[in-house]
Amino acid sequence: MRRSYLFLPGNQPTMLQNGAVLPADVLIFDLEDSVAPTEKDAARELVASALRSVDYGERVLAVRINDLEKPYVKKDLETVVTAGAHSVMVPKVTGARTIQHVAVMLDLIEEEYDIEKGRTKIIALIETALGIEHAFDAATSSQRVEALALGGEDLCADLGCPRTKEGTEILYSRSRLLIAARAAGIEAVDTPFTDARDEDGCYADTVFARSLGFDGKLSISPHHLRPIHRAFMPSQETVAFALEVIEAMEMAKRERRGAVSLRGKMIDLPVVRQAAKTLELARASGMTLPEKEGTPS
Amino acid sequence: MRKKLMKKARAGTLESGDVLVTIEPGDSLDIQLTSPVINQFGEAIRRSVHEVIDSFGVTSGTITLEDQGALECTIRARLMTAIRRSLEGEEGVSQ
Repeated sequence: MRRSYLFLPGNQPTMLQNGAVLPADVLIFDLEDSVAPTEKDAARELVASALRSVDYGERVLAVRINDLEKPYVKKDLETVVTAGAHSVMVPKVTGARTIQHVAVMLDLIEEEYDIEKGRTKIIALIETALGIEHAFDAATSSQRVEALALGGEDLCADLGCPRTKEGTEILYSRSRLLIAARAAGIEAVDTPFTDARDEDGCYADTVFARSLGFDGKLSISPHHLRPIHRAFMPSQETVAFALEVIEAMEMAKRERRGAVSLRGKMIDLPVVRQAAKTLELARASGMTLPEKEGTPS
Repeated sequence: MRKKLMKKARAGTLESGDVLVTIEPGDSLDIQLTSPVINQFGEAIRRSVHEVIDSFGVTSGTITLEDQGALECTIRARLMTAIRRSLEGEEGVSQ
């Protein structure tokens, strides 16, 4: 379950250490914006050492590499992939070429170091108008791409508009990115809320993102993890309905019936998938569920 | 393969949880360590330092570690960065 994606500055040892006890679903070790150009080598080494040594439990471990126009990318990839990163976040993705370039480098690294081919996934960070226009191409350009993420700050700078808490200026981009991700069958991750002290604002922003269909949200502050998780917690009513859907599905399977109905309405596969996801969110949120519900096959 | 440190180099900071490693070329090996946990972990830190410098084939030079309560993985990373900077003149603070 990937609701929260927390950035950790790659050259700050205490933050990398804290990542092991923070309740983020995904940790993103940052080698890009939070690291000064003179410290790129130090951050790379520190992140790799932490990936090898610190027990981060079940969290997904991603690393935001430097953008392809910088001379660090090959070393970034080689160092973090061999240290065991699950995913790399590629910044400033403008289309299929950016992704294909990284995917080819990953192919070579995995082959050279005898790592299972395709193990390292890609999260494409879309933060320009061109990136929004080509989001679907980027999402479908490699089997490695597992999510599209939106970078609202840089996007607004590129669009030439002020970034507001309300986020009206990025509504179209959010929707475009979400549709591109859904059409490609991958996850959509919303832009971070940038006021670290405003937990209520982060909650409201996440509720809105979730209402659009986003699966998770980037976060630049540990203080935002709780409001993000709260926003993704399903209501008791939604969970109750999801349990009924799964139960009806199970019963139909037992009785070898093809069609499934609940409360007089037919249930199709997207509804079952949605129900399964609701239950997954409920479990991740710490809600207690009856043990007998299953998951659709 | 033995490698010779080429120039003075540093890595890390004096912030809590970090370690500042300073390396200077020299004819013999000298490791200087200050740490708030030297009584409990001094030997373990020195062992890690030796493992890292051995892996680089470095046999001489002055290596100063000003530990601020860093984890072992941080000490290893900062030392590796400082050695690389000294050997190769990579990007970063080196002088």
